[in-house]
Amino acid sequence: MPPRPNQCSQLSGDDYAESGRRAPAVQIDDVVVEKGRVRILDGISFTIPAGSITGLLGPSGSGKTTLMRTIVGVQAVRSGTVNVLGRTAGSAALRSSVGYVTQAPSVYGDLTVRENANYFATVLGRGRAEAERAIADVNLTHEADRLVGRMSGGQRSRASLACALLAKPELLVLDEPTVGQDPVLRRELWSQFRALADAGTTVLVSSHVMDEAARCDRLLLVRDGALLAEGTPAALCAAARTNDFEDVFLRLIDAADQKAAA
Amino acid sequence: MLLVVPSSLLTLVYSMFHNQPGRFDHIGLTLLAVFPFLTMFLITSVSMLRERTSGTLERLFTLPIGKLDLIVGYATAFSGAAILQAGIAGLVAYQLLGLDTAGSPALVVIIALSTAILGVACGLLCSAFARTEFQAVQFLPVVVLPQLLLCGLFVPIDGMATWLGHVADVLPLTHAVSALDAVGSSSDPTAAMWQDLGIVLAFAVGALAAGAATLRRRAA
Repeated sequence: MPPRPNQCSQLSGDDYAESGRRAPAVQIDDVVVEKGRVRILDGISFTIPAGSITGLLGPSGSGKTTLMRTIVGVQAVRSGTVNVLGRTAGSAALRSSVGYVTQAPSVYGDLTVRENANYFATVLGRGRAEAERAIADVNLTHEADRLVGRMSGGQRSRASLACALLAKPELLVLDEPTVGQDPVLRRELWSQFRALADAGTTVLVSSHVMDEAARCDRLLLVRDGALLAEGTPAALCAAARTNDFEDVFLRLIDAADQKAAA
Repeated sequence: MLLVVPSSLLTLVYSMFHNQPGRFDHIGLTLLAVFPFLTMFLITSVSMLRERTSGTLERLFTLPIGKLDLIVGYATAFSGAAILQAGIAGLVAYQLLGLDTAGSPALVVIIALSTAILGVACGLLCSAFARTEFQAVQFLPVVVLPQLLLCGLFVPIDGMATWLGHVADVLPLTHAVSALDAVGSSSDPTAAMWQDLGIVLAFAVGALAAGAATLRRRAA
């Protein structure tokens, strides 16, 4: 039987071990975020190694987006420290070195893809050449003159991604970038994330598609605003004694529940 | 549409008062200040709300862009449109509809521009209190209509109940209209006119500052 794509056996932790030599790109320590009376992040701590792809996994409502917003510095934090590329998250100096793609495509629907890319390129002080390259990177060159508002959901989120790629950021934070994309395109996007990471970019991707977890160097499993588990995909598979990521996730959650009940 | 509608409405009003010569000089003049305020308020509140709801505002705030860049950018872009709008409406009013003022038409356009900036500022501020475009549009009757009713367009302020007169006095549009009336009746700009214009601009700056305060990089 051919190996299924989301099986752990294909993985190795070598890439991650190599990138561990640089200072971490993100260092989060005991961060608490509250919205009204609801505690979204409950004293979460972890580090993200530079030049790697880190997958952020967790059920919906677990605080993934809030965590990403905290890292890019648009989320008010109640307590704890968030350190990004050696500075406090949200510092003015970070704004040209951190790229953020929100879950809902944040581009102007009444502009074309090219106009959007040129606009964000101008804001970032980049040229049209970078804008064109980013459009090509997400496979939208032929659609560049179409209005974003008239495009499909998948195309729209690619347009949004292009506007972040053109910045050539040191840290790229992507909130579910592959939702609504077909398998071929998903594979292309992931090989692009890999190329970016190989070139030294730190990539943080949230996802709930489990076969994508296998493509990450390192995983953070979040639930109810706390870190449930972290490690390389292989290590998590070993800990959960299974070869299937769907199972890793469920088993780790079940184990945590049993612990809590005991 | 932004450019043509005010002129068309002015023509409509002109025809309404066809048999009352002289009335248009007052009403047409007043409308030159009202239209820019109204349109700029609507356009700004909706487009700023779209920035807030589409996530583009949040994205811009993760980029090297200042709040002031954003506000001044919006205010400049829309004021540019407002200049064109006021210019065309002024041209139509003076050339085609025979509007007659004692003072200079340039002053009229300057005052119209100040109300346009006021509209931009109020729209920006109101967009912070709306979640949808639907709600944003509802600020029109709350913020714009009372000013329209009390600015002296329908009834002179002297003829209102005393308390209402005081209310009218603290609304910026009233001062814009009173400045226009001054241009209409005296050939040289009066001190009262400059004061009124100053009050309108002060309101605009105040609303812009309050609007800027509603733009936060870090949301709760």
